Amino acid sequence: MNDILAIFIEAAALTLLYSTPYLYAAIGELFVQRSGVLNLGVEGMMLMGAFTAIYAISPDGLGFHPLVGVLFAAAVGALMGLAAAVVNVTFQAEQGISGIGFSLFGLGLSSLLFKVLAGGVIVARGFDPIFIPVLSDIPIVGRILFQQNVMVYAAFALVPISVWVLNRTRWGLQIRAVGQNPAAADTMGVNVVRVRYMTLILGGALAGIAGAALSTALTGIFQENMTEGKGFIAVALVYFGGWSPWRVMGGALLFSVANNLQIWAQIYDLRIAGTPIPPNLLIMVPYILTIAVLIFARQRRRLEPAALTKPFQRGEN
Amino acid sequence: MAVSSKNRMGGDWWAAVMPLLATAVAFALALLVGAFVLLALGADPIQAYAALLDGAFGTSTNLLRVFTRSTPLLLVAIGVCIAFRGGVINIGAEGQLFVGAVTATAFSLAFANSLPPFTVGFLTLLVGTLAGAAWGAVPGFLKARFDVNEILSTVMMNEIAIQLLLFLLSGPMIDPAQVAQGTRVPQSARLPEVAWLLELDSRSALHIGVLIAIAMAVVAWIVLWHTTIGYRIRAVGQNKDAARYAGISVRRYITLAMTLSGALAGLAGAVHVQGAEHRMVEGFAVGYGFSGIVVALFGRLHPLGAIPAAFLFGVLLVGADKMQRTVQVPTATVIVLQGLVVIFVVSSDYFVRRWLARRAARAIQAPAAAPVVKQEAGV
Repeated sequence: MNDILAIFIEAAALTLLYSTPYLYAAIGELFVQRSGVLNLGVEGMMLMGAFTAIYAISPDGLGFHPLVGVLFAAAVGALMGLAAAVVNVTFQAEQGISGIGFSLFGLGLSSLLFKVLAGGVIVARGFDPIFIPVLSDIPIVGRILFQQNVMVYAAFALVPISVWVLNRTRWGLQIRAVGQNPAAADTMGVNVVRVRYMTLILGGALAGIAGAALSTALTGIFQENMTEGKGFIAVALVYFGGWSPWRVMGGALLFSVANNLQIWAQIYDLRIAGTPIPPNLLIMVPYILTIAVLIFARQRRRLEPAALTKPFQRGEN
Repeated sequence: MAVSSKNRMGGDWWAAVMPLLATAVAFALALLVGAFVLLALGADPIQAYAALLDGAFGTSTNLLRVFTRSTPLLLVAIGVCIAFRGGVINIGAEGQLFVGAVTATAFSLAFANSLPPFTVGFLTLLVGTLAGAAWGAVPGFLKARFDVNEILSTVMMNEIAIQLLLFLLSGPMIDPAQVAQGTRVPQSARLPEVAWLLELDSRSALHIGVLIAIAMAVVAWIVLWHTTIGYRIRAVGQNKDAARYAGISVRRYITLAMTLSGALAGLAGAVHVQGAEHRMVEGFAVGYGFSGIVVALFGRLHPLGAIPAAFLFGVLLVGADKMQRTVQVPTATVIVLQGLVVIFVVSSDYFVRRWLARRAARAIQAPAAAPVVKQEAGV
């Protein structure tokens, strides 16, 4: 009995840890979409962030403190977000395709830098867990919630912060106005282009941090295409969460569980009728889940930004 | 009146050329940014690009190899064009190609001996095409019926296909020889020779598939612009509401466009395994699906435009191998270039649209302005 409880506690703690890349990327994408832009380049921005962070902190790379690595990753992501803003907002490109371009670019450049700068192998010791005084001593809950590393705490703190920013600040109001009715917002003196530039830069920075979490806080390594579609899943999570940060968080946790099925199956040697479950079939689960989730997400469209994917041109809308 | 009609003709000529010009400029800019990336990596960009060209055009075998590599790209791109014209963005070509290839492989390994030999090649192509069509039909149906974003669902279908492929190649479909040797490299057995496509040149592995691909481009062009089905697909793609008022079943044609798109990607997979590789291995045709999207975009979403575009990207792919050997730059450079091409081409549309809008505004102005327009067009 104690064994099962111990396994459950470990699994729950791991679920929180593994949900962080989804959470950072999806919250960033949520801001972008609430302002009426679809950024499909998240995948590429995550990959660039993942490599940047681990290269910055690895002793074989630059050897900085892990937090500096995260900062670098955010800066690289923000830069790609700025580029995405130029393409999507100023040049009013088809957002579905331009995002694929940024994802390809990030995939290529991160692989390239990985080979050239790191020689194809890089490892780093990332973040140590921080035990929150008193709270971490609570049985069960303490181990699950309060013995995590700083990237986990920050990711979950981001959720209420983003709710507050979106619903209680002037900037949040501008974002929502620009996403719902850019022409009206423009008439009211809101700079539509500026708001969308800022959300895309923020979304890029958070995607970069998401990549940093993946490489430094979760795995301690970088591999080519290590995100394996997580950036696209993050975009899907925004639809799934109906553009609400709390529900996006729920989705991130759900996907973390799905993502870890295959790890647990190996660790605990799960079998069906005596034969081990082929890992490839378990790896499919999050992707199948994404499609299922998108089918049901259409019922939650109350908050869907009316101007999503529509470029703004003063005098035309 | 004669003057104004001449103006319009001259204008139309420019309207056709401007997008091509913009695409060419976008490509040049992508290469320029790529050159800076190479510089930053410590490689001489001129030497790198020279090696790339030499790798593609240096010998006749290399040039033929370009055609071999271009073949699946062209087939994928034609499919992507059809989907785009129907208003759906098919990012799932990669998965549809895998599924087509692996199904074709399984079919030919299972049934080659029990079928008349001269039918095996054709039937294998057909089965691969149908498998790709089925894999494409799923996101098409989900978009049509449940309004599921097709970009996301096709990306997920790609990941599922990759895992399915790995599962099949390391388990049920693994090469018996690998099991016997105990090495268990994830790959299928060699396709029976009756399923191979006619080889045109042995050193470059050029096969009849290149002609199939060009023929399919022509067929797709005829279907899209000269048949009722094609007209309806394009009508749905241009304006769903208008198409609905015209009595066209929008759901059916969205599903159809995606199914046809998947069929061509499946055909690309079958052609590539039957013509070039002759077996499925891990990493088979990786990236072809995404490159095919870039090709379609670069061909300005026209099946015939995809022909030269596929050739150009075949040059990039074949040349990149030589570039890697000569200047020690990883082949991932080509992925960077592809990403840049996509970004620059979609951005260039903005300038084309603005130019067209300005021209339209000028045309609306007083007829007295006509001679001025003529003068400008002549410059």
